[in-house]
Amino acid sequence: MKHEIVEKNVGLLAVLILVVISFGGLAEVVPLFFQKQTTEPVEGLEPLSALELEGRDIYRREGCVGCHSQMVRPFRAETERYGHYNVAGEQVYEHNFLWGSKRTGPDLARVGGRYSDDWHRAHLYNPRDVVPESVMPAYPWLFENTLDGDATPQKMRTLRQLGVPYTDEDIANATDDVRGTQEITALVAYLQQLGTVLEGTR
Amino acid sequence: MSNLWGDSLSGFWSAWIIIITLGTIALSVWILLANRRTDKTPDADGNVETTGHAADGIEEYDNPLPKWWFQLFVLTVVFALGYLVLYPGLGNYAGILGWSQEGQWEEEVAQAEERFTPIFAQYQEVPIPELAEDPEAMQVAERVYQNNCAVCHGSNAQGGYGFPNLTDDDWLYGGEPENILTTLNQGRNGNMPAWQQLGQENIENLTQYVLSLSEEEHDAERAASGESTFGAVCAACHGPSGTGNTALGAPNLTDNTWLYLAPGQEVGDSIRQTLRNGRNGHMPAQAAYIGEERVHLVAAYVYSLRLAD
Repeated sequence: MKHEIVEKNVGLLAVLILVVISFGGLAEVVPLFFQKQTTEPVEGLEPLSALELEGRDIYRREGCVGCHSQMVRPFRAETERYGHYNVAGEQVYEHNFLWGSKRTGPDLARVGGRYSDDWHRAHLYNPRDVVPESVMPAYPWLFENTLDGDATPQKMRTLRQLGVPYTDEDIANATDDVRGTQEITALVAYLQQLGTVLEGTR
Repeated sequence: MSNLWGDSLSGFWSAWIIIITLGTIALSVWILLANRRTDKTPDADGNVETTGHAADGIEEYDNPLPKWWFQLFVLTVVFALGYLVLYPGLGNYAGILGWSQEGQWEEEVAQAEERFTPIFAQYQEVPIPELAEDPEAMQVAERVYQNNCAVCHGSNAQGGYGFPNLTDDDWLYGGEPENILTTLNQGRNGNMPAWQQLGQENIENLTQYVLSLSEEEHDAERAASGESTFGAVCAACHGPSGTGNTALGAPNLTDNTWLYLAPGQEVGDSIRQTLRNGRNGHMPAQAAYIGEERVHLVAAYVYSLRLAD
């Protein structure tokens, strides 16, 4: 094929570029959609409760993912500090993933159960109260805001369309489960379940 | 845990990956070689015909890639093929080095265990009071403490609001080596119920009585009326004289040490709050996180803190 043909037909050029750059994705990404390892939940994995789900959205709203990863990689230095490395089956109900790519603060993939609820509340109210050298911002408004839960059922329905097995009952009760709850309670509930499903994670 | 990395790929997907990967390399090589030669060869005078593209009088030659550049391309292809032979990359083919991410991690962990296990095992042999006197062991222990415990109990171990001070001689669950070990290994769940239902009046009387136990400033009349309520409601856990019970984690109310006293807060306020809302302190079990060997060492460190004074 002559350069000239490709260079003078922008449409053809675009198609050929798409073909070329698709090879990487075809080989590396597409097979993952058909692997048990990535599509089947690990044993015991449950969808987030209504409260935890709202907590997750607060986690996203406040941009926690900008400074905290949720991805323990298979290196000893990481597993020693954070616990067992992440496994794909733990994350099949995650839409979107909150793996993050920046650690200004520590990884949170297995922070669940590590500290008490009281600690999390104190820490989120003002991190310096418990960790004097911390550079994390304070989130005092989480203690003032309460959830109304109006959008919770819709969030669950959307997630169900994406394959998260919420039952009709879960969705029907969602608003009542969260209405009036402080945002901090939801966020702590979300944090306390992170990475707790897999057995023997240390 | 062995199967976390999943089963191997099915034959179809394995073949899919192999064909695309090798096909891409073959295609790259073909493009490279197909463009190696140019049909615009110089004439006898060395003048080269251009591609015919012209913009503002600037014309474009159609020379092949410089040799060094061409060779770099070849090198990347050679590297890719070498890599695919040595390492996993082609579907289920594991590579002749047998390397895997999981394998590398396991090796790292095994190496570390080989190096550190004897050290911790040696410390675990030593009884806690004795270990607490060993300055070298305590240096190691302090590192473990700072990494795992300081987040709540503070880097100076003096605790904070809701997090017990480990340097004083006031112990919620007992300060003997075996108590400290149990606390660390199994965690603790404080459970002070809320007594809102007693009513404002009783809560105020109880508050004054508890203040009187520590010889804090109090209203003697109210304290006197609070005493009988204390006997009926509080004594079951805190003891008839309010000295607490380490078996239940019920604090001693007579020593003027307050776990939930915010900076600047009046003691009475804190007591009132505790009575109204209850308290649920929680110490997470550490054995699952750091292992019993390190727990033993940290227990000795906590035990040693009282020796410092």
